[in-house]
Formats: sequence, structure tokens, C-alpha cells
Amino acid sequence: MKRLNGVHLSHRKHTEDHLTELFPTPKSVQIPMQMHIGAPCKPLVKIGDYVTVGQKIGEPLGEFSVPIHSSVSGTVTEIVDFRAPNGSLIPSLVIVSDGEQAFCPDLAPPEIHSKEDLVAAARESGCVGLGGAGFPTHIKLAAKQPIDTLVINAAECEPFITSDCRQIMEFPEDIIQGIQLVMKHLHIKSCRIGIEENKPAAIKRLADCCRNLEHIEVRVLPALYPQGAEKVIVYHTTGRIVPEGKLTADVGVLVLNVSTCAFLYQYTQTGIPLTQRRVTVDGDAVGRPCNLMVHIGTSIRDILAYAQYDPDQVKQLMLGGPMMGVSLPSPDMPLCKQHNAVLAFTKTKQIIPTACIRCGKCMDACPMNLMPMELERAYRAKDSGALEEYRLHLCISCGCCSFVCPAKRPLTESMLLAKNFLLDSAKKGESKE
Amino acid sequence: MKQLHISPAPHERRPMTTMQIMLRVFIALLPAAVVGCLTFGIRAAVVIAVCILSSMFFEFLCRILMKRPQTITDLSAAVTGLLLGMNLPVDIPFWQAVVGSFVAIVVTKQLFGGLGQNFANPAIVARIVLLVSFQESMTTWRMPHSDAIASATPLVSNEASYLDLLLGNTAGCIGETCAIALILGGVYLLVRGIISPAAPIGFIGTFAICTFLAGNDPLYQVLSGGLLLGAIFMATDYVTTPITKSGKLLFGIGCGALTFCIRQFGGYPEGVSFSILLMNLLVPYLDRMTKTKPFGAMPHRKEAKSHE
Repeated sequence: MKRLNGVHLSHRKHTEDHLTELFPTPKSVQIPMQMHIGAPCKPLVKIGDYVTVGQKIGEPLGEFSVPIHSSVSGTVTEIVDFRAPNGSLIPSLVIVSDGEQAFCPDLAPPEIHSKEDLVAAARESGCVGLGGAGFPTHIKLAAKQPIDTLVINAAECEPFITSDCRQIMEFPEDIIQGIQLVMKHLHIKSCRIGIEENKPAAIKRLADCCRNLEHIEVRVLPALYPQGAEKVIVYHTTGRIVPEGKLTADVGVLVLNVSTCAFLYQYTQTGIPLTQRRVTVDGDAVGRPCNLMVHIGTSIRDILAYAQYDPDQVKQLMLGGPMMGVSLPSPDMPLCKQHNAVLAFTKTKQIIPTACIRCGKCMDACPMNLMPMELERAYRAKDSGALEEYRLHLCISCGCCSFVCPAKRPLTESMLLAKNFLLDSAKKGESKE
Repeated sequence: MKQLHISPAPHERRPMTTMQIMLRVFIALLPAAVVGCLTFGIRAAVVIAVCILSSMFFEFLCRILMKRPQTITDLSAAVTGLLLGMNLPVDIPFWQAVVGSFVAIVVTKQLFGGLGQNFANPAIVARIVLLVSFQESMTTWRMPHSDAIASATPLVSNEASYLDLLLGNTAGCIGETCAIALILGGVYLLVRGIISPAAPIGFIGTFAICTFLAGNDPLYQVLSGGLLLGAIFMATDYVTTPITKSGKLLFGIGCGALTFCIRQFGGYPEGVSFSILLMNLLVPYLDRMTKTKPFGAMPHRKEAKSHE
């Protein structure tokens, strides 16, 4: 089997041996009404209301939306518009904690007897993909297509991030139980756990847990970024190619992040929705790199302070890994469900692009085998025909092309701009007609 | 906390730059250039220096006149100058060498928009312009290690031994004679991942097979003239050759076949420059012919569009 392209990165997984610490209950949290791909939620509480841990405070609007729950017990003091790093304004609730962490009395483990039960439970739990994309899990579970293989994504291919690795090291049983839960109710015959070879301890832990389970197989994959990209891990674990415009479900595969899978099992046991998550805090501006179990909505500033960062030295803040993460204008924003890492750096590099020399390194690095230099050229010429001809829509924004470019051209950025350009021109075309 | 730096993902870059690539090409060319200087004496070194310095000067001047960012530090002009110098006979008048640099940098490269935009290899165009303009000085060769004028290059005389060809102990352009040094430079570039072997293999392979079929000595033909210099260093120029591996291979095959035709049937003893120039012109077509097949791409575009 041919291996897809990718790039070798310096892993810098400093926190892989650090036991996850419980982050103390914050004095207040700010919970955005949108922490998933899909429509924002409608707030269910008013200013002055008392809320408890796990209480539903955001009602989903639309199929793709999942409910949002309070991560602390306390009083709603404010509803503010929160400016997300992508620029959109999201209403969010500010809840001042009373320190009690009283659980919502309505919480109870769901009873699951069928696929429909599981889908409903996944939605009620507020579960989204914990690997970074924030795709609602219930949509994946509800796929109509026949699914025969479950792929568990434990690749964790971005540098620094170890939150999935710590999940495996600390609670491997949850993962296995989660796998069995999903396999049972979705009638899936086999499961493959894809993990990069740079985590030998986690591989051993998983292999030990799966020893007597013949339907679950651990696939050790080369540490080649972006191994954890959905289409890439599906191909490398099952050999199946997701065709253009199709989903993994169309080739009979369901992909779940390893932490997402473990959370699903936890939810079926405790009934406590997604109010906490594990997050890696690292970077050279952080004095004590660590993994933390953090309440959703905790301020990034508090998280960084806990990890003893140096506020005067920080030049760049990132949510997520250095390849696909977003850089933050300020630490005063909440940690959301999909954020698996907070990184703080003291150095930044001014990147000055120079002319493309047609070396083709971007093409050799692209896991989707695209030609980024041609796409960039087509975008600059605003040539929508060429953008489609070179299959812009197959770009997964992994960042490999920009990473390798010796001329430091902003290729990945151009792909994103080009996608928006195509959307805009499609809209214009419609409005003209 | 001061103003935080905002950048689009990815926030990390591989350290390799255009300048470092050019520097490696420059280093790879040095062995052959040094052998050329040792073979043909101090004037060879002066010719090369004149070419490099005038090329860099023209690059510098053009960027100022065109009010564009200065690109002299990317070393591409230095590589062009070195390549040009290596493609000239040792006794060429210096002013002609400067004309060559002018043609390479100003006419072929900067007037088309600078590095990355030139449709043909600057050093090749310069060599061809000099060859047709100053035929006498471009075809007057010197014997190795002496001041005597050589009657002909080994391509014409057919009298050199393999050992002489390998060691560069023959008449010819400054940088094209020593096969060992050229191959050494090529291996360095291959190991460093700067060039792909597709174009040189296609070039040399096709040429050798054609020569063999025509009843000539393929090894002798490959080792003599500018074939190795062209195949290893000019048919692998990023800007003026196709991007994909299959495109590069086709490019090399075309170069090899054309070189054979010119050497065998044409009026010039040497055909490497012309064949590379002609193939340079085909690069946009080769690029389109050899587009990559994206992962999961379906043949029918409309089907995919309707799904979105």
C-alpha cells in the first residue's frame, strides 16, 4: 500500500509522562453558545439565574448543533458577545462559581438499548470531536450508510499535544469500553486504533488492553504529519480511499477521536455531560508544561497562570497545535470543548514570502497529492475554473505546503482564501440568476 | 503582555530557504568549476568571477530600476553567473562574458518578472546568444594545462580517452570537461534532496540509447561536451523544468532525444543548450499533461460538485 505524503515534524511531546492534574474550579467561567461546527445554541437561562454543574444552559438549534452545559455551579451574571478567534461573534454566558460544584439533580446515566438511544445520548451529552475539529459526534453515529469498521484516531500528530496520549495512559479501559459500546449498538464488526509510533508507552498500554479482544486491533502508524487527518488515518488503517465529496461513512468507516470515545463511555456510566476536558499546556513561555483537566469556559489566562507562564515574555499564543491551531490576539478568552492544547511561545518569526521557484516541495508534502503552487497561482489570478480543476476542495488545510515552502509562501492561507473566494463567487452567480 | 503576534496556520516553517537551496546548487557546481580552473589556468577563474559578479550586479541594478524588493541575497543570480561562466571557453573576451550575464539576468530573467517567472534557463539563453553572436570566440578552445589552442573538442575530434574525459583532461568549456566532478556535484544535490533524478536519468538514458542505436559509442558521447553539465545542473533547474516526477522524466527524455538529433544530424557539434531551451518552451504543456491525481479524486468533476 502506498503511503500518503506528509512531513516529519519535531514532536516536542514534553508532557507525555506528566499525570493529568485537576484544574481547580475557576472563580468564573465564560461559556460560548457555540463550541461545535453547526448552528449556535439558544441560551436557556437569564442573568441572575442559579445553575448547577451539568445543567443544560444552551438549547441546540438545528440538526448539527449540540446542547451546552454549565461546567460550574453558580450564578449567571452576564451574557456577552464573545469574539472567537475566527472573527465571528458568539453570545456567551458568564457564570460566577459558588465553589460548591453542586451537580444538576436531573443528571442520570442514559439507558441505551439501540443505535437511536446511543445517538440521542451522544447528543444530550454535548459531545463533539475532542481532537480539535468540534464536529458533533451524534451526526457521525447517526450515519445512515452501513458501517463495518470503527477507526479510533489516537494519532495525535501535532507537535506538543499529548492530551489523547494521557487519556490512553490514564484511562485506557474507558476507551476500550467506549469502543465496545459503539460497536455493539452500531453493529460494527471490527475496530482499528490508529496511533503514531512515537508513543511507545501508549501503544503498549492499548495493546495490553486489547490482548483478548479479537475485534479490536492497534495499528501503529509512522509519525508522519498529518497522520491524524481523517482521510489519512482511514486510508492508513483500513486501506480505504474516501472519494471526492464523500464522507468516511460512505466507505463504511466511522472515525472517532480516542478521547471522544472514552468520554462517550463515561457519559453512559455517570450521566455527566461534557463539562470538562483534558488540555495540554506547553510552549517555551510556560514554566511548567502539563496536562490539565479543565472546566469548559475557563479563561485561557487562568490556565496559563496555573502552568506558570511568563506574561511579559509571551509573544504568541495558540489554541491547538502549531500546524493547524489558531493564534490568539489575547489570553482573555474561554477554553472550549474542541480545544486540546494551549501553547505559549516567547519567539515569533517574521515570515517574508519570496517568489515561488517551482521546486515542487509543497506537492511532495501534500497528503492529498494536490499541487498547492498551482492552486495558489490560480487563486491569485482569481481563476475559479483552475481552482476546481486542481481540486481545491480536497485540501484539508493541514499546513504541510506552507511548512515546507522554501520561499515561505503562505500556501495554506491561500487555499483557505481560495475556498472562500469560490463560495463567494458561487453566491454571486446564484444571485445574478 | 505586549501585543501578541497573530499568524495564519501553520505557525511553524521548515528552516530551508530559497537562498539555502541556491547555495547548495552553488556548492555542487564548485568541484567542476575548480577542476576547470586547474585545467585551464587562472584566466578560467577570472572568467567565472566576471560572470558571477556581473550577474549579481545586473540583478541588483534591475531590482532597483524596477522598484522591486532586492533579491540579490537569494543567490540565484550567483548560481546563474557560475553556470554561465562554466559554459564559456577560457579565452572568451571579458566584455563578451558580461554581455552573457546581461542576456541571462536582464533579458531572460528580470524582464520576465525575476526568479520563478523566467520561461527559459538564463544561463542557457546567454550561452546560445553568445554562441550565435560571437561564434569565433565561443568555439576557440585551449588545450588543457597549456596555452596552445586546441583544434577541436573531443566531441569533434573523437580522440580523447575515457580517463581524460572523466578527469577533465580535454578541451572544452571551463566547467563541462570533468565528468567525475560533475557527477559528484549531482550526487550531492540528490543526497541533499535538492534535485530529483528523473530529468538527468531521462536525459542521459535516452541520449545513450539513441547514440548506441545509431552505432556510436554512448559512453564517449555522454562524457564529452556539455551533456553532463546540462543534464545534471540545467535540466534540473526548478523554474524552467516541469514540477512533477513524470513531467521531469518526459522533459529529460525530450532533451536526450533532441540532443542526439542535433549532435547526429545537425550543423552544431553540441546540442545540449538548444535541446534544453526547446524543452523549456514545452514545460507549461508538460506540467498540464502530468498533473498529479489527487487522493480520492473522481474522474467526473460534475458529480463531485453536485455533492457539495
